Amino acid sequence: MSSIEVGGKSYETDEEGYLVNLAEWDMEVANYIAQTENISMTEQHWEVVNFLREYFEEYQIAPAVRVLTKAIGKKLGAEKGTSEYLYGLFPYGPGKQACKIAGLPKPTGCI
Amino acid sequence: MSDAKKFMFVNRKAPYGTIYALESLEVVLITAAFDQDVSLAFLDDGVYQLKKGQQTKGIETKNFSPAYRALEDYDVEKLYVEKEAMEARGLTEEDFLVDVTVLSRAEMGALMDEQDVVLSF
Amino acid sequence: MLHIINKSPLTSVSLNSCVNTAAGGDILLIEDAVYAATKGNAAEAVLQAAMGRFKVYVLMPDLEARGLGDRLMAGVNAVDYGGFVDLTSNNKSCQSWL
Repeated sequence: MSSIEVGGKSYETDEEGYLVNLAEWDMEVANYIAQTENISMTEQHWEVVNFLREYFEEYQIAPAVRVLTKAIGKKLGAEKGTSEYLYGLFPYGPGKQACKIAGLPKPTGCI
Repeated sequence: MSDAKKFMFVNRKAPYGTIYALESLEVVLITAAFDQDVSLAFLDDGVYQLKKGQQTKGIETKNFSPAYRALEDYDVEKLYVEKEAMEARGLTEEDFLVDVTVLSRAEMGALMDEQDVVLSF
Repeated sequence: MLHIINKSPLTSVSLNSCVNTAAGGDILLIEDAVYAATKGNAAEAVLQAAMGRFKVYVLMPDLEARGLGDRLMAGVNAVDYGGFVDLTSNNKSCQSWL
Protein backbone atom coordinates (compact mmCIF):
# COMPACT_ATOMS: atom_id res chain seq x y z
CA MET A 1 0.00 0.00 0.00
CA SER A 2 1.09 3.55 -0.72
CA SER A 3 -0.07 6.67 0.97
CA ILE A 4 -0.07 10.42 0.49
CA GLU A 5 0.61 13.09 3.09
CA VAL A 6 -1.31 16.36 3.11
CA GLY A 7 -1.21 18.88 5.94
CA GLY A 8 0.17 16.37 8.39
CA LYS A 9 -2.53 13.78 7.61
CA SER A 10 -1.83 10.47 5.92
CA TYR A 11 -4.20 8.94 3.35
CA GLU A 12 -3.86 5.35 2.20
CA THR A 13 -3.96 4.87 -1.59
CA ASP A 14 -3.75 1.99 -4.04
CA GLU A 15 -0.91 1.65 -6.54
CA GLU A 16 -2.66 4.01 -8.99
CA GLY A 17 -3.23 6.75 -6.41
CA TYR A 18 -6.94 6.16 -5.69
CA LEU A 19 -7.91 6.56 -2.03
CA VAL A 20 -8.47 3.22 -0.32
CA ASN A 21 -10.82 4.57 2.31
CA LEU A 22 -13.61 6.77 0.97
CA ALA A 23 -14.37 8.06 4.46
CA GLU A 24 -10.91 9.62 4.75
CA TRP A 25 -11.61 12.00 1.87
CA ASP A 26 -11.64 15.74 2.49
CA MET A 27 -11.18 18.87 0.39
CA GLU A 28 -7.49 19.11 1.25
CA VAL A 29 -6.69 15.71 -0.18
CA ALA A 30 -8.96 16.42 -3.17
CA ASN A 31 -7.01 19.57 -3.95
CA TYR A 32 -3.75 17.69 -3.54
CA ILE A 33 -4.77 14.87 -5.91
CA ALA A 34 -6.00 17.47 -8.41
CA GLN A 35 -2.61 19.15 -8.30
CA THR A 36 -0.84 15.87 -9.07
CA GLU A 37 -3.19 15.59 -12.08
CA ASN A 38 -2.32 19.15 -13.17
CA ILE A 39 -5.81 20.39 -12.46
CA SER A 40 -6.57 23.52 -10.47
CA MET A 41 -10.00 23.09 -8.99
CA THR A 42 -12.69 25.59 -9.99
CA GLU A 43 -16.34 25.73 -9.06
CA GLN A 44 -17.13 23.71 -12.21
CA HIS A 45 -14.68 21.00 -11.17
CA TRP A 46 -16.18 20.80 -7.69
CA GLU A 47 -19.65 20.50 -9.18
CA VAL A 48 -18.63 17.31 -10.99
CA VAL A 49 -16.63 15.94 -8.05
CA ASN A 50 -19.51 16.50 -5.65
CA PHE A 51 -21.92 14.97 -8.13
CA LEU A 52 -19.74 11.84 -8.27
CA ARG A 53 -19.63 11.58 -4.50
CA GLU A 54 -23.42 11.83 -4.32
CA TYR A 55 -23.79 9.23 -7.06
CA PHE A 56 -21.51 6.85 -5.18
CA GLU A 57 -23.34 7.44 -1.93
CA GLU A 58 -26.60 6.51 -3.64
CA TYR A 59 -25.56 3.53 -5.80
CA GLN A 60 -22.22 2.36 -4.37
CA ILE A 61 -20.57 2.47 -7.79
CA ALA A 62 -18.56 5.03 -9.71
CA PRO A 63 -20.48 5.57 -12.95
CA ALA A 64 -18.99 4.86 -16.38
CA VAL A 65 -18.19 8.04 -18.37
CA ARG A 66 -21.19 7.59 -20.65
CA VAL A 67 -23.48 7.28 -17.63
CA LEU A 68 -21.82 10.20 -15.86
CA THR A 69 -22.24 12.43 -18.91
CA LYS A 70 -25.92 11.64 -19.20
CA ALA A 71 -26.56 12.04 -15.47
CA ILE A 72 -24.68 15.36 -15.30
CA GLY A 73 -26.79 16.64 -18.18
CA LYS A 74 -29.93 15.75 -16.27
CA LYS A 75 -28.76 17.27 -13.00
CA LEU A 76 -26.67 20.30 -14.00
CA GLY A 77 -28.09 21.22 -17.37
CA ALA A 78 -27.77 19.91 -20.92
CA GLU A 79 -24.82 22.17 -21.77
CA LYS A 80 -22.76 20.39 -19.10
CA GLY A 81 -23.85 16.90 -20.09
CA THR A 82 -21.40 16.59 -22.97
CA SER A 83 -18.03 14.88 -23.26
CA GLU A 84 -16.52 18.16 -24.56
CA TYR A 85 -17.46 19.94 -21.35
CA LEU A 86 -16.29 17.13 -19.07
CA TYR A 87 -13.06 16.46 -20.95
CA GLY A 88 -12.44 20.22 -20.89
CA LEU A 89 -12.43 20.04 -17.11
CA PHE A 90 -10.69 16.67 -16.82
CA PRO A 91 -8.51 16.24 -19.93
CA TYR A 92 -7.30 12.72 -19.06
CA GLY A 93 -10.80 11.37 -18.64
CA PRO A 94 -13.61 12.59 -16.39
CA GLY A 95 -14.10 9.05 -15.12
CA LYS A 96 -10.54 8.47 -14.07
CA GLN A 97 -9.47 11.94 -12.95
CA ALA A 98 -12.68 13.18 -11.37
CA CYS A 99 -13.23 9.88 -9.54
CA LYS A 100 -9.69 9.98 -8.20
CA ILE A 101 -10.17 13.54 -6.93
CA ALA A 102 -13.54 12.56 -5.46
CA GLY A 103 -11.93 9.75 -3.51
CA LEU A 104 -13.90 7.04 -5.33
CA PRO A 105 -12.62 3.79 -6.74
CA LYS A 106 -11.91 3.56 -10.45
CA PRO A 107 -15.21 3.59 -12.38
CA THR A 108 -16.88 0.26 -13.04
CA GLY A 109 -16.68 -0.37 -16.73
CA CYS A 110 -13.53 1.67 -17.12
CA ILE A 111 -11.24 -0.77 -18.89
CA MET B 1 -29.16 -1.10 -34.05
CA SER B 2 -30.19 -3.97 -36.26
CA ASP B 3 -26.95 -5.79 -35.40
CA ALA B 4 -27.59 -5.73 -31.66
CA LYS B 5 -27.49 -9.20 -30.19
CA LYS B 6 -29.74 -10.42 -27.44
CA PHE B 7 -27.74 -11.08 -24.27
CA MET B 8 -29.19 -12.69 -21.20
CA PHE B 9 -27.46 -12.85 -17.83
CA VAL B 10 -28.89 -15.71 -15.80
CA ASN B 11 -28.52 -15.20 -12.05
CA ARG B 12 -29.23 -18.21 -9.86
CA LYS B 13 -27.18 -17.60 -6.72
CA ALA B 14 -27.91 -15.73 -3.50
CA PRO B 15 -25.72 -12.71 -2.75
CA TYR B 16 -22.76 -12.77 -0.25
CA GLY B 17 -22.59 -16.55 0.31
CA THR B 18 -20.71 -16.86 -2.98
CA ILE B 19 -19.15 -14.31 -5.32
CA TYR B 20 -21.40 -15.08 -8.34
CA ALA B 21 -23.96 -12.29 -7.81
CA LEU B 22 -21.34 -9.55 -7.52
CA GLU B 23 -19.34 -10.89 -10.46
CA SER B 24 -22.44 -10.97 -12.62
CA LEU B 25 -23.35 -7.39 -11.71
CA GLU B 26 -19.85 -6.17 -12.56
CA VAL B 27 -19.89 -7.91 -15.92
CA VAL B 28 -23.31 -6.42 -16.67
CA LEU B 29 -22.08 -2.90 -15.86
CA ILE B 30 -18.96 -3.32 -17.97
CA THR B 31 -20.68 -4.83 -21.00
CA ALA B 32 -23.45 -2.21 -20.86
CA ALA B 33 -21.01 -0.01 -22.79
CA PHE B 34 -21.42 -2.22 -25.87
CA ASP B 35 -25.00 -1.25 -26.69
CA GLN B 36 -26.52 -4.69 -26.91
CA ASP B 37 -30.01 -5.87 -26.05
CA VAL B 38 -29.42 -6.96 -22.44
CA SER B 39 -31.80 -8.90 -20.20
CA LEU B 40 -31.20 -9.94 -16.62
CA ALA B 41 -32.97 -13.06 -15.42
CA PHE B 42 -33.25 -13.94 -11.74
CA LEU B 43 -34.00 -17.61 -11.10
CA ASP B 44 -33.86 -19.84 -8.01
CA ASP B 45 -31.85 -18.22 -5.19
CA GLY B 46 -30.88 -15.45 -7.63
CA VAL B 47 -34.14 -13.69 -6.74
CA TYR B 48 -32.61 -12.92 -3.33
CA GLN B 49 -30.13 -10.55 -5.02
CA LEU B 50 -32.91 -7.98 -5.45
CA LYS B 51 -34.25 -8.10 -1.88
CA LYS B 52 -34.79 -4.68 -0.36
CA GLY B 53 -33.18 -3.66 2.90
CA GLN B 54 -29.82 -5.46 2.76
CA GLN B 55 -27.63 -4.36 5.69
CA THR B 56 -24.12 -5.77 5.44
CA LYS B 57 -22.33 -3.88 8.20
CA GLY B 58 -22.51 -6.90 10.49
CA ILE B 59 -20.69 -9.18 8.03
CA GLU B 60 -18.17 -6.51 7.00
CA THR B 61 -18.92 -6.99 3.32
CA LYS B 62 -19.79 -4.35 0.75
CA ASN B 63 -23.53 -4.02 0.17
CA PHE B 64 -23.68 -3.96 -3.62
CA SER B 65 -27.46 -4.06 -3.89
CA PRO B 66 -27.86 -0.26 -4.45
CA ALA B 67 -26.09 -0.72 -7.78
CA TYR B 68 -29.09 -2.60 -9.19
CA ARG B 69 -30.93 0.71 -9.01
CA ALA B 70 -28.24 2.28 -11.22
CA LEU B 71 -28.85 -0.26 -14.03
CA GLU B 72 -31.42 2.08 -15.53
CA ASP B 73 -28.68 4.71 -16.04
CA TYR B 74 -26.74 2.02 -17.91
CA ASP B 75 -29.77 1.41 -20.16
CA VAL B 76 -30.26 -2.05 -18.68
CA GLU B 77 -33.99 -2.07 -18.15
CA LYS B 78 -35.11 -5.63 -18.75
CA LEU B 79 -35.16 -7.40 -15.41
CA TYR B 80 -37.07 -10.65 -15.13
CA VAL B 81 -37.86 -12.62 -11.99
CA GLU B 82 -39.05 -16.22 -11.98
CA LYS B 83 -42.45 -16.38 -10.30
CA GLU B 84 -42.10 -19.88 -8.87
CA ALA B 85 -38.71 -19.04 -7.35
CA MET B 86 -40.05 -15.85 -5.83
CA GLU B 87 -43.02 -17.62 -4.26
CA ALA B 88 -40.99 -20.55 -2.94
CA ARG B 89 -38.98 -18.01 -0.97
CA GLY B 90 -41.93 -16.20 0.56
CA LEU B 91 -41.23 -13.08 -1.50
CA THR B 92 -43.51 -10.77 -3.47
CA GLU B 93 -42.83 -8.06 -6.07
CA GLU B 94 -42.92 -5.47 -3.27
CA ASP B 95 -39.80 -7.05 -1.76
CA PHE B 96 -37.58 -6.01 -4.67
CA LEU B 97 -35.50 -2.84 -4.77
CA VAL B 98 -36.13 -2.29 -8.49
CA ASP B 99 -39.06 -2.73 -10.85
CA VAL B 100 -39.08 -6.19 -12.37
CA THR B 101 -41.21 -8.25 -14.70
CA VAL B 102 -42.36 -11.47 -13.09
CA LEU B 103 -42.45 -14.43 -15.47
CA SER B 104 -43.56 -18.01 -14.99
CA ARG B 105 -40.90 -20.68 -15.36
CA ALA B 106 -42.28 -21.57 -18.79
CA GLU B 107 -42.19 -17.94 -19.98
CA MET B 108 -38.65 -17.62 -18.64
CA GLY B 109 -37.60 -20.71 -20.56
CA ALA B 110 -39.09 -19.33 -23.76
CA LEU B 111 -37.34 -15.99 -23.27
CA MET B 112 -34.04 -17.77 -22.67
CA ASP B 113 -34.54 -19.65 -25.90
CA GLU B 114 -34.84 -16.38 -27.86
CA GLN B 115 -31.38 -15.16 -26.85
CA ASP B 116 -28.24 -15.04 -28.97
CA VAL B 117 -25.94 -15.25 -25.97
CA VAL B 118 -26.67 -16.56 -22.49
CA LEU B 119 -24.22 -15.93 -19.64
CA SER B 120 -24.63 -17.99 -16.50
CA PHE B 121 -23.87 -16.98 -12.95
CA MET C 1 -23.51 -31.57 19.40
CA LEU C 2 -23.53 -28.48 17.19
CA HIS C 3 -24.46 -28.73 13.52
CA ILE C 4 -23.50 -25.79 11.32
CA ILE C 5 -25.13 -25.27 7.92
CA ASN C 6 -24.06 -22.61 5.44
CA LYS C 7 -25.93 -23.50 2.22
CA SER C 8 -29.33 -22.31 1.03
CA PRO C 9 -31.97 -24.99 1.66
CA LEU C 10 -33.32 -24.58 -1.88
CA THR C 11 -29.93 -25.04 -3.54
CA SER C 12 -28.31 -27.74 -1.48
CA VAL C 13 -29.38 -30.86 0.43
CA SER C 14 -27.22 -29.88 3.45
CA LEU C 15 -30.13 -29.01 5.74
CA ASN C 16 -32.03 -32.15 4.76
CA SER C 17 -28.96 -34.33 5.25
CA CYS C 18 -28.37 -32.79 8.64
CA VAL C 19 -31.89 -33.26 10.01
CA ASN C 20 -32.19 -36.74 8.49
CA THR C 21 -28.87 -37.92 9.86
CA ALA C 22 -28.14 -36.16 13.12
CA ALA C 23 -29.54 -37.50 16.38
CA GLY C 24 -30.24 -34.08 17.85
CA GLY C 25 -28.55 -31.11 19.48
CA ASP C 26 -28.10 -27.59 18.19
CA ILE C 27 -28.38 -26.38 14.58
CA LEU C 28 -26.78 -23.08 13.66
CA LEU C 29 -27.70 -21.53 10.30
CA ILE C 30 -25.09 -19.18 8.83
CA GLU C 31 -24.35 -17.54 5.46
CA ASP C 32 -26.81 -18.68 2.75
CA ALA C 33 -28.40 -21.18 5.15
CA VAL C 34 -30.11 -18.32 7.01
CA TYR C 35 -32.76 -18.31 4.25
CA ALA C 36 -34.08 -21.57 5.78
CA ALA C 37 -35.20 -19.59 8.83
CA THR C 38 -37.31 -17.05 6.93
CA LYS C 39 -41.10 -17.02 6.89
CA GLY C 40 -42.64 -18.34 3.71
CA ASN C 41 -39.54 -20.19 2.51
CA ALA C 42 -40.35 -23.58 0.99
CA ALA C 43 -37.98 -25.20 3.48
CA GLU C 44 -39.96 -23.85 6.44
CA ALA C 45 -41.59 -27.21 7.10
CA VAL C 46 -38.25 -29.03 7.24
CA LEU C 47 -37.04 -26.72 9.96
CA GLN C 48 -40.39 -26.81 11.80
CA ALA C 49 -40.27 -30.59 11.89
CA ALA C 50 -36.70 -30.53 13.17
CA MET C 51 -37.50 -28.27 16.08
CA GLY C 52 -38.58 -31.14 18.32
CA ARG C 53 -35.17 -32.75 18.22
CA PHE C 54 -32.98 -29.71 17.69
CA LYS C 55 -32.63 -26.25 19.08
CA VAL C 56 -32.26 -23.99 16.04
CA TYR C 57 -30.16 -20.82 15.90
CA VAL C 58 -29.56 -18.29 13.14
CA LEU C 59 -26.64 -15.87 12.79
CA MET C 60 -28.37 -12.47 12.67
CA PRO C 61 -25.65 -10.46 10.86
CA ASP C 62 -26.02 -12.89 7.92
CA LEU C 63 -29.82 -12.58 7.95
CA GLU C 64 -29.66 -8.77 8.07
CA ALA C 65 -27.10 -8.66 5.26
CA ARG C 66 -29.67 -10.42 3.09
CA GLY C 67 -32.42 -7.95 3.94
CA LEU C 68 -34.47 -10.49 5.89
CA GLY C 69 -33.87 -9.49 9.50
CA ASP C 70 -37.61 -8.90 9.92
CA ARG C 71 -38.70 -12.28 8.50
CA LEU C 72 -37.32 -14.64 11.10
CA MET C 73 -39.71 -17.55 11.66
CA ALA C 74 -41.01 -18.34 15.13
CA GLY C 75 -39.02 -20.78 17.23
CA VAL C 76 -35.61 -19.89 15.81
CA ASN C 77 -33.14 -18.22 18.15
CA ALA C 78 -31.14 -15.25 16.89
CA VAL C 79 -27.44 -15.10 17.79
CA ASP C 80 -24.60 -12.71 17.00
CA TYR C 81 -20.92 -13.66 16.58
CA GLY C 82 -20.53 -13.88 20.35
CA GLY C 83 -23.42 -16.35 20.46
CA PHE C 84 -21.76 -18.34 17.65
CA VAL C 85 -18.63 -18.67 19.81
CA ASP C 86 -20.69 -19.70 22.84
CA LEU C 87 -22.43 -22.41 20.82
CA THR C 88 -19.13 -23.88 19.67
CA SER C 89 -17.67 -23.83 23.16
CA ASN C 90 -20.78 -25.18 24.89
CA ASN C 91 -20.98 -28.21 22.60
CA LYS C 92 -18.48 -31.01 22.88
CA SER C 93 -18.24 -31.44 19.12
CA CYS C 94 -19.25 -29.74 15.92
CA GLN C 95 -20.14 -30.87 12.39
CA SER C 96 -20.18 -28.45 9.46
CA TRP C 97 -22.55 -29.70 6.74
CA LEU C 98 -20.56 -28.11 3.90
